[in-house]
Amino acid sequence: MAITTATYAENITAHKLVGSRTGIDRPIHVPPRPIDPLHVADTMELVELSGKGTLVSFSVVPVASSEMIAAGYGRENPHCVGIVKLAEGPSISAQIVGVDTKDPASIRIGMPMTVEYLDRSAGETTITVVAFRPVL
Amino acid sequence: MKERKLGRGVAMVGAGMSTFGAFAGISTRDLLADAYRDMIATVDRGFDPNEIDGLYIGNFSSELFEGQGHTAPIMTEWLGLAHRPATRVENACASGGTALRQGVMAIASGLYDVVLVGGIEKMSDLPIERATDALATAGDKLFEIPSGFTFPAFYATMASAYLDRYGLGAEVLRAVAVKNHENGALNPKAHFGQRIADVMASKKAAAAKKGKPVPQWKDIEEFFADDRANPMIAWPLRLFDCSPVSDGAACVLLVREDLALQFTDTPIRIIGTGQASDGALHGRPDITTVTSARIAAGEAYAMAHVTPEEISLAEVHDCFTIAEIVATEDIGFFEAGKGGVAAIDGVTSRLGARPVNTSGGLKSKGHPVGASGVAQAVEIWKQLRQEAGPRGIGANARLGLTHNVGGTGQTSVVHIFERR
Repeated sequence: MAITTATYAENITAHKLVGSRTGIDRPIHVPPRPIDPLHVADTMELVELSGKGTLVSFSVVPVASSEMIAAGYGRENPHCVGIVKLAEGPSISAQIVGVDTKDPASIRIGMPMTVEYLDRSAGETTITVVAFRPVL
Repeated sequence: MKERKLGRGVAMVGAGMSTFGAFAGISTRDLLADAYRDMIATVDRGFDPNEIDGLYIGNFSSELFEGQGHTAPIMTEWLGLAHRPATRVENACASGGTALRQGVMAIASGLYDVVLVGGIEKMSDLPIERATDALATAGDKLFEIPSGFTFPAFYATMASAYLDRYGLGAEVLRAVAVKNHENGALNPKAHFGQRIADVMASKKAAAAKKGKPVPQWKDIEEFFADDRANPMIAWPLRLFDCSPVSDGAACVLLVREDLALQFTDTPIRIIGTGQASDGALHGRPDITTVTSARIAAGEAYAMAHVTPEEISLAEVHDCFTIAEIVATEDIGFFEAGKGGVAAIDGVTSRLGARPVNTSGGLKSKGHPVGASGVAQAVEIWKQLRQEAGPRGIGANARLGLTHNVGGTGQTSVVHIFERR
């Protein structure tokens, strides 16, 4: 199946974290993209990732987007968002859970993380988003 | 670095801006009309509006902010420039800088001789949550925003990485805020043109007047750490680390260089332009620098045949305090990791060796996003012509640089200006 912008979210809904590459010796792109930057092949294949990684950086957000406020976050319940470098090499954006958002200084860059799938309320529906939790 | 050349020289012969602020009932049309009138007054020998061949208007999101699309032609009618070809340019917060570059290219190509470049944004009508959502559309809606990123959170994530990498604390961020408010206090067009010490004094006075407990901050440091006076927006960035949501417009008049002396004895030549793009923040190997800004600056320096050491002053994209620190490193003023310390040491202050954001920057002057890149050129115009009044850096200023970033660096545009 062709890779589209929907591929990443569809796989997350199925609790799978995926990237794409043109071959076993080529870099993996996450989220999966359809065209290799070096045009080494016409088609890219999906690769399922281990979901292991480390925290590159983060923020704790008291002034949230309306999407996050609808999901119950905000000034009284700030969420953590960050970038995680995956064991396979590439980095991605994700919500960070299992950390003390009342004490951001306790959250450490470089922490080992593992993937988790979060069902987030979005009005009348629920969406599944990718999250990472520190490995204790 | 590939060395690029302009087909013809380009000079700025007029520059103006509206006051930046929050103006209920005032639209982008009114703001650009103010900026246009201000610009007209700066063209020493005057000009005939019929000479304007075309317009490029930087505008991020009038659809979301004021429910209006197709803004460029609307401006021609309002400015009395009917039927002139007008093109809106959108590159998020770099819309203005990109519009300037389009104007430069239109003249350099030989197509036009006289171009009006404008930048506009009207942001203050929306409630803060909707303004936050509108600004977040500069990020990647599919692959970044669902994680819970807001716009401040992107820069906060860069700040966390930067401070961790170099073992620094919030004091470097604070130094940028204090400096830019010092400069903004000397700019009558600034949105928040108040020194931080004056902000503290007025908050104390307001509390006393209302009969509330008067805050007892010992110094600026205590004020910055006060969760009530300076609330956390996205850790580690607080309110005074963020540029405001502003309304405003700016414009400059560009002409082909060999016509410039018909308009003024003191044209400001645009001798370098560079632009580059990048993807989502998470896709970059190092988030303590903005690669697109380094590429854009490199291109502009190569075209201008000047080095960072020769630049007299820079207006950089300080949408957040951390952004100025990273910017001063990306444009080659300081080595990686040294930009924050330079701000603390006063190197980037108005009277320092490398003045940065003498206008007050986005931080104090205000950040009507589409206008900001053009307003940077207005400050360089004033400084290089020694018309910056009490914030002037002196008669030796010969080369100026502007650095305008869209999103977290998905776009960067750098220009270099010269007074001969």
